[in-house]
Amino acid sequence: MSDSDKNFIEVRDLTFYRGDRVIYQNVNLDIPKGKITAIMGPSGTGKTTMLRLIGGQLKPDSGTVKVDGKHIPNLTRKELFALRSRMGMLFQSGALFTDVSVFENVAFPLRVHTDLPEDMIRDVVLMKLHAVGLRGARDLMPNELSGGMARRVALARAIALDPDLVMYDEPFAGQDPVAMGVVVQLIRLLNDALGHTSIIVSHDVAETASIADYIYVLADGEVIGQGTPDEVLHSDSPRLKQFMQGLPDGPVPFHFPARDLCDDLLAGVK
Amino acid sequence: MRIRTLEISVGAFMVAGFAALIFLALKVSGLTLEAAEESYEVSARFENIGGLTVRAKVTMAGVVIGRVSNIYLDKEDFVGVVEMEIYNQFDNLSIDSTASILTAGVLGEKYIGIVVGAEDDNLTDGDEIEDTQSALVLEDLISKFLFNKTQE
Amino acid sequence: MVIQALRRIGSKGVSFLETFGASGMFLFQSLFAMPNVRNNFPLLVKQIYSVGVMSLIIIMVSGFFIGMVLALQGYNILTRYGSEQALGQLVSLTLLRELGPVVAALLFAGRAGSALTAEIGLMKSTEQIAGLEMIGVDPLRRVIAPRFWAGVICMPVLAIIFSSVGIWGASLVGVDWLGVYSGSFWANMQDSVQFSDDVLNGVIKSIAFGFVITWIAVFQGYDTEPTSEGIGQATTRTVVYASLAILGLDFILTAVMFGDL
Repeated sequence: MSDSDKNFIEVRDLTFYRGDRVIYQNVNLDIPKGKITAIMGPSGTGKTTMLRLIGGQLKPDSGTVKVDGKHIPNLTRKELFALRSRMGMLFQSGALFTDVSVFENVAFPLRVHTDLPEDMIRDVVLMKLHAVGLRGARDLMPNELSGGMARRVALARAIALDPDLVMYDEPFAGQDPVAMGVVVQLIRLLNDALGHTSIIVSHDVAETASIADYIYVLADGEVIGQGTPDEVLHSDSPRLKQFMQGLPDGPVPFHFPARDLCDDLLAGVK
Repeated sequence: MRIRTLEISVGAFMVAGFAALIFLALKVSGLTLEAAEESYEVSARFENIGGLTVRAKVTMAGVVIGRVSNIYLDKEDFVGVVEMEIYNQFDNLSIDSTASILTAGVLGEKYIGIVVGAEDDNLTDGDEIEDTQSALVLEDLISKFLFNKTQE
Repeated sequence: MVIQALRRIGSKGVSFLETFGASGMFLFQSLFAMPNVRNNFPLLVKQIYSVGVMSLIIIMVSGFFIGMVLALQGYNILTRYGSEQALGQLVSLTLLRELGPVVAALLFAGRAGSALTAEIGLMKSTEQIAGLEMIGVDPLRRVIAPRFWAGVICMPVLAIIFSSVGIWGASLVGVDWLGVYSGSFWANMQDSVQFSDDVLNGVIKSIAFGFVITWIAVFQGYDTEPTSEGIGQATTRTVVYASLAILGLDFILTAVMFGDL
């Protein structure tokens, strides 16, 4: 089996700037097919940016982003939209369309990308809602849902078209423990049941490590560690250790770069 | 169900807009939907038409009997020619009728008043009213008045 | 110092041009995002509802009062010259040529324009725009184009309703209250108002205003900083820019239409 058969996504020598700030410097990632791959790292390292690069919403300054063998920045708008219909994305805030009901939210990708008759759309939507346990909430409006429910509806929408790739942007952030447990389980279950490729972007170490097959840790624009959850958790690298075990100070400094405290205080005395 | 009320209200909105447009057309700008009333055309020559406009009223004894249809300058005699359409039902205007340009109020709009004459023959399409009285021009009136005063 | 000031002015100018160019391209893309009629007609109807129908009350009430005030003021002045029968003419021409399109547009910018900006800004900050893109739907086509066309369609309808209600309000005050003879009120109006000039020019003006207002509103919404602060600022900018654009454009259009230029 060659590499491109095994890997759904290949990122090579990726460099990306936002303004003058370097977000990525020569980053290489492989996302294997059918597995759950996690991209972890401290906040502000551009983890979400990686998803946007894969989804083609941003273009890299150099390097290649290949999804299913296609180099994303080279695709025409039409090809890109066709490829996106094979991707599902769960946004941090859910990104449900606030002006239509839960049912219509899940039905939306079906209506856009397929010509299914109404009763089949209904069946598919109800099945997807059932999978996330919210079949009974189909007539609610998004503003009537709790945060955890909204994210589950968004998950149902992300898998409505049975995509080959599902991307989760901070799926655990801001959830109570019960809702978090539900989402963790759902991600694992859906991945096993539907056989798609999953990417999780998160900084919640324990939850992510419990379901991911493979973990990349990003910091300062580069990959500082990768491996199975076990390997990453018990790595000797000091930077990995600090992040995975949540130590306040280490190679990643607690203090934002500043001049010496004494100098700074004395400067105000003048 | 929510969709229904939405569509109905949008429909009502568009209908209201259309009704308002019809109101503006018929009641405010005086367009008529039915074909213009049958009429015949007569003309009159004035020394000075003094602000008369196309579509101004043509009246007799205060009643509207037609409209001004065209105004132009006779390039040989240098007088203003006013063509007007008189509705067919008023077909018994004698040939020696008088046309004068009048003003409604001090600042009101100009219109044509026709006073009927004594002849038995009536005006027909294409005829010309010979006896006309030009618009009163305020400046002329005042200078005439002052002139008379100084002569006394 | 001078060089620094010059530099600042220069960079302001460049960023203005950049924004203007971006909004132009944005307009172009949403106009020519050829909508799929079968899917998009319901979207358009929905937007006409939230842009037009929701603005109807404020437009009608304002038009009514402005018509009544015009009649009162006009009557006071015209009676001094004994020509109160010209009241209909005064009110109708003022409303049809100027106040109808302009005031309706200002109200529209405040009511619908700001709502459009806030709505699109909110959709952006809650990642709904990004969500559409990821589902493989062009947000320009899906979100912007129906709103834009709804604005262009609704503005003239609202201006026509505004003028009609205003004239009706003026007739209530002038004829029923102040006692202008109703025959001469309406007849005078009909003699002076030309449908093709006054009414249609007013409609053309309001179409132009609708175009500009919704353009500014949807662009500001789409271009907003996706934070609550950014949305607030964008909403304010929409109302300010749209109002200025209406008044400036009104002068140009009036000069071309009625000014014998």
